[in-house]
Amino acid sequence: MSLSDAQIWAIIIALGLGSYLLRLSFLGLIGGRDLPEWVLRHLRFTAVAIMPGMITPLILFPQATGGTLDPVRLGAAVATIAISLWTRNATLTIFGGAAMLFALHFTIR
Amino acid sequence: MTPLPRDFWQGFRAGAPFILVIVPFGAVFGVVATEAGLNIAQVMGFSVLVIAGAAQFVALQMMVENAPVLIVLAAALAVNLRMAMYSAALAPHMGRVAWWKRGLVSYVMVDQVYAASTLAYEQRPEMTPAQKLAYFIGVAAPVVPLWYLATWAGAALGANIPAGLPIDFAVPITFLALIVPMLRSAAHVVAALVSIIGVLVFAFLPFNLGLLVAALLAMMAGAEVERQITRRRAP
Repeated sequence: MSLSDAQIWAIIIALGLGSYLLRLSFLGLIGGRDLPEWVLRHLRFTAVAIMPGMITPLILFPQATGGTLDPVRLGAAVATIAISLWTRNATLTIFGGAAMLFALHFTIR
Repeated sequence: MTPLPRDFWQGFRAGAPFILVIVPFGAVFGVVATEAGLNIAQVMGFSVLVIAGAAQFVALQMMVENAPVLIVLAAALAVNLRMAMYSAALAPHMGRVAWWKRGLVSYVMVDQVYAASTLAYEQRPEMTPAQKLAYFIGVAAPVVPLWYLATWAGAALGANIPAGLPIDFAVPITFLALIVPMLRSAAHVVAALVSIIGVLVFAFLPFNLGLLVAALLAMMAGAEVERQITRRRAP
C-alpha cells in the first residue's frame, strides 16, 4: 500500500473516534427516547447491505491472480457458504472454509 | 450472591462461547494486516481503538487498494452504521445510567455483546438498568480482552507466513461466515443481492464509490421489502 505512516494512523484514529461516536450516539445523547421506525428499518440492513458488496470483487476478481476468476478461491467461497448453511456455526465455517481453501490450493496448482 | 455480581457472571457465561468466533477472527485480522504492511502498533491500534472486526477488514482492504483516506473512512464507517442502531436499541434499557457507564457500554458495543445482552433483556424484562449494565459488561468481559490478544498473536505470527499462500482470501471467508447467518428474512436476502449486483454494476465509479452506492441501494431495497411484507401481514 502507498499510504504513509501518518495517513495510516489518521485512518486508525478517525475510524476509532467515528465508530465510538456511532456507538455512543443514541445511548449517550438521546437517553430513553425512541427513533422513527423508518430510520431503524434502514439501519437494520446496513451490515447486510455493505458486506456482500465488499467481498464480491474479492471472490470474482482476486488481485492475487491478476483479476481473473480463480477456481481455488471460487471453490473455497462456495464451500464456505455451504458449510455455513449446513453447520450454522461461525467458527466451523471459518476453519472449514480455510481448510477447503488450502486443500484446493495444494491440489489444483 | 448479591444481584449485580450474579448478573455479571451470568453475562460472562453467555459471552464465553463467543471466544470461539473472536479468536480466529482477531487472529486473521492480525495476520492479514501484518501481511498488508502495517506494523504491530498500527495493527493493535485498529483492534483497541476501532474494536470492530468487519469495519477493520473493510478499511484494511481499501488501504491495500490505495483508496483515498476519506473513502477508506466512509466505507468503514458505513459498515459500522449498524452500531448506531444498536445504540438506539439499547437506549431504552440503559439510557438513564450514569454517563461514564454509558461511555463504557459504547466502547464494548460489538455485535456479539449486543446480541447476547438484548436476548437476556427480552427474556427477563424485570431486570433493573443496573442489572442490565452488569450483564452487558459481563458478556463483554471474555470477548474484548481476547479480541486484543488474538489480534496480537495473529500479528506476531503473520510475519512468519510464507509468501504465495492464498492468505488474502481469509477476509472473504471470514465475511461469508458473518453474512450467511444474517440472511434470516426475504428482506435481508434482497438487500444482499442488491449489494452484490450493485457493486458489479457501479464498478466503473472511482475510489470504490460503487460500494457505497450499492450499499445505499441495498439498504433501501431491504427496508422496502420488509415494509411490504409487514404491511401484507397486517390485517
